[in-house]
Amino acid sequence: MELILEDGSVFSGRHFGYKGSVAGEVIFNTGMVGYPETLTDPSYKGQILVLTFPLIGNYGIPDGTLVDQLHRHFESEKIHLSGIVITSLTREYSHWNAVKSLEEWMIEYKIPGLEGVDTRAITKRLRDKGTQLGKLVFEGHDLPFVDPTVENLVAQVSCKEPVLYAQGAGKKRVILVDNGCKNNIIRNLIQRGVEVLRVPWNYDYTNEKYDGVFLSNGPGDPVKVDQGLAVLKKQLVKPEPLFGICMGHQLLGLATGAQTYKLKFGHHSQNQPCVLVGTKRCFITSQNHNYAIDDQTLPDDFRPWFFNANDGSSEGIIHTSKPQRSVQFHPESWPGPVDTRFLFDEFVSLL
Amino acid sequence: MEKPIKKVIILGSAALKIGEAGEFDYSGSQAIKALKQEGIETVLVNPNIATIQTSDHLADKVYLLPVTPNFIEGVIEKERPDGILLSFGGQTALNCGMALEETGILAKYGVQVLGTPVSVIRKTEDRQAFADCLAEINVFCPKSKAAGNVKEALAIAQEIGYPVMIRLAFALGGLGSGVCWNEAQAKELSQKAFAHTPQILVEEYLKGWKEVEYEVVRDAFDNCITVCNMENFDPLGIHTGESIVIAPSQTLTNHEYHMLREVAIKTVRHLGIVGECNIQYALNPKSEEYRVIEVNARLSRSSALASKATGYPLAFVAAKLGLGYSLTELKNSITHSTMACFEPALDYVVVKIPRWDLKKFRLVSTKIGTSMKSVGEVMAIGKTFQEALQKALRMLDIGAWGLVTNPGDIGFKKSNAELVAELCEPTDERVFSIPYAFKSGMSLAEIHEHTRIDPWFLSKIKNIVRVEALVGQYKGGNCPKQVLEEAKRCGFSDPQLAALLGTNERNVRLQRINYGIIPAVKQIDTLAGEYPAQTNYLYLTYNGNVDDIVLGDKESVLVLGSGTYRIGSSVEFDWCCVNAVKTVKAEGYRSILINYNPETVSTDYDEVDRLYFDEIRLETVMDIYEKEHPKGVIVSMGGQVANNLALPLMRWGASVLGTSPVMIDKAEDRHKFSSMLDHLEVDQPLWRELTTMEDAKQFAQEAGYPVLVRPSYVLSGAAMGVATSDEAMESYLSKAAQLNEDHPVVISKFLTNCKEIEFDAVAQNGEIVSFAISEHLENAGVHSGDATLVLPPQRTYLETTRRIKRIASKIAAALEITGPFNIQFLAKDNSVKVIECNLRASRSFPFVSKVTKQNMIAQATRAILGIPQQKNLESFFELNYVGVKASHFSFTRLLGADPTLGVEMASTGEVGCLGDDFQEALLKAMRSVGYKAELRRILVSSGPEKNKVDFLDTVRLLEEMGTEIYATTGTHAFLAEHGITVHLAPWGEEVGPGQKTAVEILETLPFDLVVNIPKNFHSEELSQGYQIRRKAVDMAVPLITNLQLASRFIEAVHANPVLKIKAWGEYQ
Repeated sequence: MELILEDGSVFSGRHFGYKGSVAGEVIFNTGMVGYPETLTDPSYKGQILVLTFPLIGNYGIPDGTLVDQLHRHFESEKIHLSGIVITSLTREYSHWNAVKSLEEWMIEYKIPGLEGVDTRAITKRLRDKGTQLGKLVFEGHDLPFVDPTVENLVAQVSCKEPVLYAQGAGKKRVILVDNGCKNNIIRNLIQRGVEVLRVPWNYDYTNEKYDGVFLSNGPGDPVKVDQGLAVLKKQLVKPEPLFGICMGHQLLGLATGAQTYKLKFGHHSQNQPCVLVGTKRCFITSQNHNYAIDDQTLPDDFRPWFFNANDGSSEGIIHTSKPQRSVQFHPESWPGPVDTRFLFDEFVSLL
Repeated sequence: MEKPIKKVIILGSAALKIGEAGEFDYSGSQAIKALKQEGIETVLVNPNIATIQTSDHLADKVYLLPVTPNFIEGVIEKERPDGILLSFGGQTALNCGMALEETGILAKYGVQVLGTPVSVIRKTEDRQAFADCLAEINVFCPKSKAAGNVKEALAIAQEIGYPVMIRLAFALGGLGSGVCWNEAQAKELSQKAFAHTPQILVEEYLKGWKEVEYEVVRDAFDNCITVCNMENFDPLGIHTGESIVIAPSQTLTNHEYHMLREVAIKTVRHLGIVGECNIQYALNPKSEEYRVIEVNARLSRSSALASKATGYPLAFVAAKLGLGYSLTELKNSITHSTMACFEPALDYVVVKIPRWDLKKFRLVSTKIGTSMKSVGEVMAIGKTFQEALQKALRMLDIGAWGLVTNPGDIGFKKSNAELVAELCEPTDERVFSIPYAFKSGMSLAEIHEHTRIDPWFLSKIKNIVRVEALVGQYKGGNCPKQVLEEAKRCGFSDPQLAALLGTNERNVRLQRINYGIIPAVKQIDTLAGEYPAQTNYLYLTYNGNVDDIVLGDKESVLVLGSGTYRIGSSVEFDWCCVNAVKTVKAEGYRSILINYNPETVSTDYDEVDRLYFDEIRLETVMDIYEKEHPKGVIVSMGGQVANNLALPLMRWGASVLGTSPVMIDKAEDRHKFSSMLDHLEVDQPLWRELTTMEDAKQFAQEAGYPVLVRPSYVLSGAAMGVATSDEAMESYLSKAAQLNEDHPVVISKFLTNCKEIEFDAVAQNGEIVSFAISEHLENAGVHSGDATLVLPPQRTYLETTRRIKRIASKIAAALEITGPFNIQFLAKDNSVKVIECNLRASRSFPFVSKVTKQNMIAQATRAILGIPQQKNLESFFELNYVGVKASHFSFTRLLGADPTLGVEMASTGEVGCLGDDFQEALLKAMRSVGYKAELRRILVSSGPEKNKVDFLDTVRLLEEMGTEIYATTGTHAFLAEHGITVHLAPWGEEVGPGQKTAVEILETLPFDLVVNIPKNFHSEELSQGYQIRRKAVDMAVPLITNLQLASRFIEAVHANPVLKIKAWGEYQ
């Protein structure tokens, strides 16, 4: 099997998983643990993921038990990315809670994989030249390059109907706008005693009764989320506390009139240091994005909240008086460090 | 902070020992660098003269003094530092620092402890306080309680829940302990136990749980990160220092990884640690249950490993945090663009394997378990576990070519029962036995049942066995590219493949290069390629095909490092390598170093222009050579490992700098060297190489016993022995060695009662440019690595040194030496014989360089680079001070080992101290390796009659000092006869009614010294002498087994010179 990038470079290795070819956007991530969580993260919709950690599949795949209507071990109900590229696959996994191998799981979801290639060389190419289109070609079954970002990926991965979680009398209700939401956002909210109404990305909730709004992460280009953006602009003049993560953060930025720009080196890891503005406190965060909000273009009533300690880019914005805020990183992490879970506490306490 | 910190004192860890090795040279050196960067004046106290941290380019002042409270108080009083760093010198420094705090000395002089406060350190050292503290935040340690009777024990067991572990309190080595699965067993075992002890410990049984560690960094602003986690291949029950370790963890899910990370951060915050620490966990392999085993609130072996594994400079950062910096203010010194407040992402794995040297000791158990026995370690980097594991096993330098297909069938067991025993109760060779278990048809599940090693690791080993068989199918034929490539990716070496394919290493190399199978050079950049990094920290892998860096773009010189620390090759060679590399750099070349020992300073990314953290083996060195195209290779700095490659490298077309490999071979090959000495008319002890027992005995009788026997093939035990009779010769050669046409034995006359002298020098084009002569304090017969060295010589005739110089000049000219070399001489009266000549830096180079204050390694390196060197042959006899190098022995750690000295080296480390005269220097050195200041009570057993006579004057000195003297039967009679007041310490069978044996007396009374001179050089029986020596060591009583050393030491204690607090620089 081969990985072919749009710049013409070709990487040959061994095939595993589903026997088929796929095309998509090729990206990488340097996280060392959490492939079951990563593969089910809807933000990877349409992407071929290069995992820089060389040994993948070590602890197999856990079962699909549902807890509170959510998969206990996964970030959504299925694998969202199109294919993976790794150094070495572990076939004989070992873990007490595993029920199948990574390869079996990928075959189930028709996801091909490539192993035995120089993932560091590919990563450096993607880092220096930027994210590229690419394809995994199985036994010569070529196919055209596909740019998933021209589509509205958020619309594809978002839920189609509202879903209510942890319903309970007297509980505060949070509207969770599903742009491709990770289960761990829902878990973190309901653990804090609120009920969550998960709504489709373009659902107009502004006339309903709720105590706060949460904008989830999601795949693709925020500009494509036009209908969602329109609802958000309506919400911004309302008093309910609002919190955004990743795509949600970029949407809040766009809604306030700020601009985004492409980072020289995107953030694709679980070890991004973010500093709380005005302090020496630094948090290790999980991230996956190429674009950032330009702090200089923020309106007067918003100020920088977090910045990236490595490159200084914006990692969070906060309204100077209203309870509206968002972060570029993933406080729900999973996979990743749990350092910024306190942001959920803060949000819930504002309701 | 109360006052600005302008001057800081740093405590080192003194001699290298089991459990406290080179890692503290690394951490101390980084701390000094970090402080110097802030303009802070640094004062280092460390008597370990072979370390890099005691070099003139690091600390502003170096005190080569014992790291004990009274000496440190002296230094504090003199230097008046503002702050003190306790966490960079291991347990030695930590214990000393806690004592200084307890006695109020730090408060008295207003010295602030930088980093983690002493109160916090104390909490982590006291098991109960620690458990209580963690319970406050719902973090739990293994459950454990003491019981005074069977009823209590059963109640505790009930409370903890079965299975439980029952241990005897106050028993060494886990004596009488056991696992109880139910109440009946617990009752039986505790009943037995209470027959021997008043107290037992009932503990939660965690054997077989995964052992996982995290390295945690926290600043004073409560930023807290985990830099690295590591997983032990060997589950709980084997000390982490004795375990094979992989980083990062491999079998932990995201949930487990982050659960333990969160607990680590919570714990470290709760404790209030500032700087670096390590937290060890037990993790249930069948659930998410965990226990915190311990927290080390200081830099440790694991933190050194984590630094090298990730590229994150833990010690450097910890020192900065101790000064009050926040993590957000410090840069990532690998990338220079990102910052220190982050957690490295690895795109490779590292495998650490301990290096044992148990064969060097007689009577020691080879089983590994809860206490540490290893003397060093190796770290291998690869993209897969198989690749890193096989690399690491070769790095051990024990003759292995990898995990499988090894010469001598390492790990092979004759029977299934032996195999199972090895798997269940491991020795240092267990990992090599696992492939044999697979080959014998044992299933992975069975092997897991026996070893408790996670199936993940076992499946990878099974894969190595599979690839071995796959390659083996092509024996004698042509191995296809795909197969060869798969084998290389699994970490197979060329010699291993050569053996499997029935060809030689050279052919395998040519074949694979022909196929285009060459390793790729990859960087360790802490960020897995996410950001660009200018790092020079490199390794080779076959799981990749693009080099990360531009190669061969500048003229470079390749220096080979010294590999794993082991007995006989330790930090002294790292000092040589670091100095060689510095000189290479200063002369304008790009310096490139290969080394794989994570405990070293030479493997610090900032010491060298390019660091290859990889194997020092012909194949690997040639791979790097062919990529870098250096001007040449320096093989004379890394000890014997590097030196052995000289000739093969030359044969394969590499340019070896310095003395020609042909000449190196001439010095190494006994026949060639001997005939050269004959030709030069230089005397040497009589020797012969023989292949039959008859010839051996005949020669020994001609030469006269005792003789030194050196077999070329050793079956078990030490590689050399001394035979005093035909019977001894026969017994040694039949039991311990093979003797035939293919495996000859070298027998040489063993000279006693003469002096041994070390000649260290640098030559250029066959002419000596500088040299130093040191004498052994002990008479010949004690290995030069164990002997006490004195510089300048105190008891050597001037004429002897003249002759030595003359002979050395002849040898230097004959071998056309360019670079460092060392000759060992025997001297009796004024006759001088050559025992050995090494055309490389020797163990004593740092000592002589630092005492004479001429960096002989810098000189040697310049000579090797072809830069003409000025001769500096001024006599160092003019020195106004004396240096003494003393050895440290780690016998306490080696349960059962006989603590005697002989022809095989046994010491694990050394110190070197200076004094205005010999006695002052000797006392400082002896105090540094644990000898006492006062001799209130000593036990003497002075061996043969002649010794008793020789020792009499010394004993009179003891009497003058009022020392209470105990002596064993023979010695007692002799001393009493000569009018000395002496107590009897009888041997076991001679004990009268109401009397105690020598061993019992040692158990009950506190002694300051035991002098026990063994009767002969080599003895296998459990002698009475052995019992006394072993008891002394087990009771932590200082022991001397050499007559000259005992006399000089007691004379010095009697003379009682002032031990001046003088820095190295003050000796002029």
